Amino acid sequence: MAPKQVKSFPSVPLKDELDIVIPTIRSLDFLEVWRPFFEPYHLIIVQDGDPTKVIKVPDGFDYDLYNRNDINRILGPKASCISFKDGGCRCFGFLVSKKKYIYTVDDDCFVAKDPNGKDINTVEQHLLNLKTPSTPFFFNTLYDPYREGADFVRGYPFSLREGVPTAVSHGLWLNIPDYDAPTQLVKPLERNTRYVDAVMTIPKGAFYPMCAMNLAFDRELIGPAMYFGLMGDGQPISRYDDMLAGWCSKLICDHLNLGVKTGLPYLWHSKASNPFVNLRKEYKGLFWQEEIIPFFQTLTLPKECDTAAKCYVELAKLIKEKLNHIDPYIFRLADAMITWIDAWEDFNPPAEAVPAVANAKKDAVPPKKSK
Amino acid sequence: MRKPPTLLSLTIDIALLNLSHISDLSFLPDHVLLELFLRTLRAGKLTEKILKLFVATGKDEILSLISELNIQLILTPVLPTINIRDDEVDIVIGALHLDLTSFMEDWRAVFSRFHLIIVQDPDLKGDLKIPGGFSFDVYTKSDIESVVGSSSSSVVFSGYSCRYFGYLVSHKKYIISIDDDCIPAKDDKGELIDAVAQHITNLMTPATPFFFNTLYDPFRKGTDFVRGYPFSLRSGVQCGLSCGLWLNLADYDAPTQALKPGQRNSRFVDAVLTVPARAMLPVSGINIGFDRELVGPAMVPAFRLVKEGKFRWETVEDIWSGMCVKVICDHLGYGVKSGLPYVWRNDRGNAVESLKKEWEGVKLMEEVVPFFQSMRLSQGAVTAEDCVIEMAAAVKERLEPLDPVFARASEAMVEWVKLWKVVTSRLSDSAA
Repeated sequence: MAPKQVKSFPSVPLKDELDIVIPTIRSLDFLEVWRPFFEPYHLIIVQDGDPTKVIKVPDGFDYDLYNRNDINRILGPKASCISFKDGGCRCFGFLVSKKKYIYTVDDDCFVAKDPNGKDINTVEQHLLNLKTPSTPFFFNTLYDPYREGADFVRGYPFSLREGVPTAVSHGLWLNIPDYDAPTQLVKPLERNTRYVDAVMTIPKGAFYPMCAMNLAFDRELIGPAMYFGLMGDGQPISRYDDMLAGWCSKLICDHLNLGVKTGLPYLWHSKASNPFVNLRKEYKGLFWQEEIIPFFQTLTLPKECDTAAKCYVELAKLIKEKLNHIDPYIFRLADAMITWIDAWEDFNPPAEAVPAVANAKKDAVPPKKSK
Repeated sequence: MRKPPTLLSLTIDIALLNLSHISDLSFLPDHVLLELFLRTLRAGKLTEKILKLFVATGKDEILSLISELNIQLILTPVLPTINIRDDEVDIVIGALHLDLTSFMEDWRAVFSRFHLIIVQDPDLKGDLKIPGGFSFDVYTKSDIESVVGSSSSSVVFSGYSCRYFGYLVSHKKYIISIDDDCIPAKDDKGELIDAVAQHITNLMTPATPFFFNTLYDPFRKGTDFVRGYPFSLRSGVQCGLSCGLWLNLADYDAPTQALKPGQRNSRFVDAVLTVPARAMLPVSGINIGFDRELVGPAMVPAFRLVKEGKFRWETVEDIWSGMCVKVICDHLGYGVKSGLPYVWRNDRGNAVESLKKEWEGVKLMEEVVPFFQSMRLSQGAVTAEDCVIEMAAAVKERLEPLDPVFARASEAMVEWVKLWKVVTSRLSDSAA
């Protein structure tokens, strides 16, 4: 029997507990489509690329916008760990947020419809996923047992039915699927039209390719592990920012007995990026991941690492030690991971509780914002 | 008095039964060919291959009948996988009810292409009622005894475990097994699901246990591996077991169903996925398919509850054999899939009554699951048989002290492997 069945939330769930982080380099017109679902929440917009460009935010949204100048000013020398000209810059938004939950979404993603024709509220579904337990120790063949109309199947031990807290909710995409460049080149016309009506916990010990296009997580539980690496300008690799965060966060979740869910909600991904550009960006990753993934799959963290931040520091050390033969870039990456944790702890002191929203606004250097 | 069938009629019936072995029909006289075609339609045996056979004869009457009835070849996409021949499949049905007429009629369109092995629960007295038009063999208590011996054996084939006898005596590569209280379900578009075809597809396409694909089965039409999926893992591994699901009466345990007596599963989840390596799952025997050559010996009828009954709420034999198969697949590098196909499971029995009778199974899972999760096999175990023997020893050592039911399970596993070797070698001797 599933002890905590949360059907749905009344009106606007948890608007004081969630920030929506959006990296953008072009425009935020897509927000119009999301208005009914996003407007109640605070947005953190991380403007990548040229800081002198003015990106207009549609009226009526409550937001903070940070460009490269803001990032440099706020983090000082530690700003070196934040990617430039890559979606990985979004993790700056995770750093400065003071909310419990983060939802991050790309600016080429729109509202999808479910098979009944109803618009899908991704924020609501992600919060439902995060607020209900995960079941990583034993796979339930009817998927998420906490969903209405489902439950644990015969043979599922009762001692495992309480589940564990959910740290990550990984959503999916209709229309343009998240393929790598070689697959895009071979199947340029393939569209994801299959709506799979399931949420499920990814079992402990199993890794997955985490995509940040439609991703939510509990900052308090796993925030430090959501570093998106050094990608983009000046780096030999791109399009692996979310992959890195995915490997790190899954390893740490498994170690700390936290859950990762994947499946609903779906959104509509409208833009297929240029596969040739993508290939140039990610091709090193295609080779490097062959070594990096087995490294993660066989890694065990020491018992003393009992928080996400401690785990992450240990992980950075191990990466520097064991993977440096892949490329000199790994040294830089491992150092950047340490810088990230330093910065994280500046903004999220481990000993204190999460400060109230009012105090946080006072501490941070005021960015551009509007109501 | 009814007229006995003519010799011609009997001949056509036999031809119909063996149609999959016939490669040329052009020598047949027109009227015989026509009669054969009509009976093929009536029996629901018109497959693409057989249609082509009739078309190849070039006979006008056949061709005009085909166009009048608007029979069309459905073009299926070319899948980059091997094709399974109908004669590589056995459908094994454990008969817990005497009258299988409505069950078989409901499944006729799906089952009639294949050979069926029907095993009658030895505790079920009487003769089975099976409609005509199927190719099948029936095994009853006496058949079981002649193979196993009537002296008490630790392997017991009664109740739901009777189907394992079918797995034992089959000599096909693939087995599909469905409970006799299930009928074809409809998908989200309202179309009847061919559960056998889906199991076959699951078994013949690779599994991907070493890395989770977020778009589920990458070998399905319209989908693929996502960005970040290592290329070295994209060829996948052989699939050993395919676990299907159930609409209407889901496979819940008695306490859950008793608490929610009205709950019925109406959610059609359009996915097949590979259960990752080292992740355990509760395998329900209600709707499964497996590769007998790869994992047959691992499907052990070993775990019998003291008061095991004739409702799924009163058994956990499939949960046990399923976890054996998963551990062995993980060790030998095969995959286990879960998801489609769905079957429609009819309402039957009373959860509260079952709960009153038998709740041991629910309690024992607490010990069983951690055991399987931590089970590691040695490098020397390279076949399914080796693996089962090693597991049996581990069960005896680690679980027997907890409950005598585990001692019996361990013995049964060893006995099963012996039986398997004897029966399989007997079959290959007779084939030689």
